[in-house]
Amino acid sequence: MLDKNQIAQRIAQEVKEGYYVNLGIGIPTLVANFVRDDIQVEFQSENGILGMGPFPFDGEEDADLINAGKQTITALKGASYFDSATSFSMIRGQHVDLTILGAMEVSQNGDIANWKIPGKMVKGMGGAMDLVASADNIIVAMMHTNRAGQSKVLKQCSLPLTGVNCVKKIVSNLAVLEVVDGKFKLLERAPGVSVSEIQEATQGELIIDGVIPEMIF
Amino acid sequence: MINKTVANVQAACKGATDGMTFMLGGFGLCGIPENAIAELVRLDIKNVTCISNNAGVDDFGLGLLLQKRQIKKMISSYVGENAEFERQMLSGELEVELIPQGTLAQRCLAAQSGVPAFYTPAGFGTEVGQGKESREFDGKMHLLEHAFNAQFSFVKAWKGDTAGNLIFKGTARNFNPNMCGASKITVAEVEELVPAGSLDPNQIHIPGIFVQRIFQGERYEKRIEQRTVRQR
Repeated sequence: MLDKNQIAQRIAQEVKEGYYVNLGIGIPTLVANFVRDDIQVEFQSENGILGMGPFPFDGEEDADLINAGKQTITALKGASYFDSATSFSMIRGQHVDLTILGAMEVSQNGDIANWKIPGKMVKGMGGAMDLVASADNIIVAMMHTNRAGQSKVLKQCSLPLTGVNCVKKIVSNLAVLEVVDGKFKLLERAPGVSVSEIQEATQGELIIDGVIPEMIF
Repeated sequence: MINKTVANVQAACKGATDGMTFMLGGFGLCGIPENAIAELVRLDIKNVTCISNNAGVDDFGLGLLLQKRQIKKMISSYVGENAEFERQMLSGELEVELIPQGTLAQRCLAAQSGVPAFYTPAGFGTEVGQGKESREFDGKMHLLEHAFNAQFSFVKAWKGDTAGNLIFKGTARNFNPNMCGASKITVAEVEELVPAGSLDPNQIHIPGIFVQRIFQGERYEKRIEQRTVRQR
């Protein structure tokens, strides 16, 4: 079973040369730590920076320089700042190559829910609805089950949706899944996790085609 | 040059009264109009609708207006950092309209630029789309969204001149430029106010035509919400 850093590490393999990438809050933010340094990639944060760098050194924080998670960050050489409307022109206009975000639930037709639990938790969608409505390439980073052990990889989402038919790939603590023809196709297993364990944790329809390899790090 | 300078925050907020709709710039606590917010708290203006990406934290930013129950309705995209907000929302004391962040920015821009409405794919098939006109373009569904209609925009810039020209810094830019000229009166507060002619026209982000009143803020706390650092 993968921890959060390992999920991020596996997702980092999906980041390719020349990509502009938007990272959501939580596990997705960690992905930046694992991207190969021999490829050229730029991270976009929807609050208005392209070319986002690592956290600043202690004492060098700048209140005017944060990411979408409101964390203090740095700007790399060649970075740019812009307003929110321009930021979402990049996103809606499909200039961003890869979007990585977290989810509370994903369904087998690629619907995603991650912004509201009615009556309990309402944080809002932030930029997630714009991102999932527009991006061609969306990867979800998530835990396969909730704390009670119930599957979050479902036939149908039960929570209010963030977007419909949009998720292409899921990297969870148990597996890599692809959304194909309204089903989840199992691509890879986390090290030491069996196909039957993944099957058990997946409420949606799971396609198991041949021998499923373990993830390689 | 037309002089947009007002003496202080009191003069800048003149005319703001109960029941109005305000736009407030900022992302989290980054780039918020701290001085205008403090004045709105002091004036104790009630029943206002606030259009702002976030609602501050419990004891800073728009959280200060929430504490005093001055806000009737919030229009935001993300409100996760404010416990008092969540409490007022879940109990029904506060009316809340959560909208996608890009839609929020574009509704500001539409108001600024005289576009009454536009189509966006964001939120189609979700509860955001309920009751909204939808239309297919190039095989994809979109929602019709409308320009905001507000009485005041309160924005914060890094530098400004007496003609109302503005320059923003870092990610404190965010919604601030999009809200300029998007309301009947735009109030810009700046960290440094300089005479017209001192700023390089090539470097100006927002031309003064979008700003009605400008003043230098008395003080800026510029609070950091999530201090994250790495070790040397």
